[in-house]
Amino acid sequence: MTQQQPEASAAVPVTSSRRRNSGSAARKAVQITGELLLTAGAVLLLFVAWELWWTNVEADATQAKAIDGFAKELTGPLTPPAGATDYGKPAVSAAPAYGDTIGIMYVPRFGADYSRPIVQGTGADVLDSLGLGHYAGTSMPGAAGNFAVAGHRQTHGAVLDNIHELVPGDRIYVQTKAGYYTYVYRNNQIVLPSRTDVLLPVPTKAGAQPRDSYLTMTSCNPRFGSGERIIAYSLLESWQPASVGPPSDIAALVAKTRGKA
Amino acid sequence: MYGWIFRHLPGPLWSRILTSAALIAGILVLMVQFFFPWMSQFTTLTNSTIGSVQQP
Repeated sequence: MTQQQPEASAAVPVTSSRRRNSGSAARKAVQITGELLLTAGAVLLLFVAWELWWTNVEADATQAKAIDGFAKELTGPLTPPAGATDYGKPAVSAAPAYGDTIGIMYVPRFGADYSRPIVQGTGADVLDSLGLGHYAGTSMPGAAGNFAVAGHRQTHGAVLDNIHELVPGDRIYVQTKAGYYTYVYRNNQIVLPSRTDVLLPVPTKAGAQPRDSYLTMTSCNPRFGSGERIIAYSLLESWQPASVGPPSDIAALVAKTRGKA
Repeated sequence: MYGWIFRHLPGPLWSRILTSAALIAGILVLMVQFFFPWMSQFTTLTNSTIGSVQQP
């Protein structure tokens, strides 16, 4: 041991100086590769943060703006009508152009102030910023058939993040310029992404003639995954025109949305 | 690499620190504006639609 000590200490400067001279290019390459790998790791972490957090911040702002713009075109009183009345057949509006707002969805189960715009179309540009997209070609609210909307479970506002928490009987409100459509949530179904039959006029029943108005919401499943789709089915329970005021459950939120709370 | 860049920035130390902070901020902005949105098409988290009308 005591004999090896001086030998080793003498050898160290030789090898290190030799390495510095002959291996400096390799050393530099290793150093640059290391720095690039560290950078790539940092960029990936930043991407995850952007995807899971920042897209929500951006989409929330875009959606709030879309609701504000749409709310300016809304009319009618802000106090709910006294007593339940049958207002007859619900008004059915024509589908607007791609990217235009159809209405606002209120889901008390998703939070007391949950309100999101429903926009025509399911392209990435709609879903990635405006939230809920109406499948073009499916019915409009109030019509016999299937009013189908898609929304992200995660990222870009995560508008349907809590879709699995809906309880049968929960009310889902859709407000359009014509009035308020109250849907009652019935059940959900987890399917493969190829199951287009959930969008049929009577969901999953090919060729059936619809008598009821369905609301079908689709989102990805599981949370933070996309191997499946979760489908939530609701049925139109009642309708009231804008001229008589909102359902009492959402009256406060409607007033807030219109900026008159 | 980063050491080399830092040594080759002009000016005294404080201005080189400021310049590198500005460079990092600029690269971050470029990534958030262009790189990350482009990259998000390769994640499957955002698939929420059904079947033939499926969009990433």
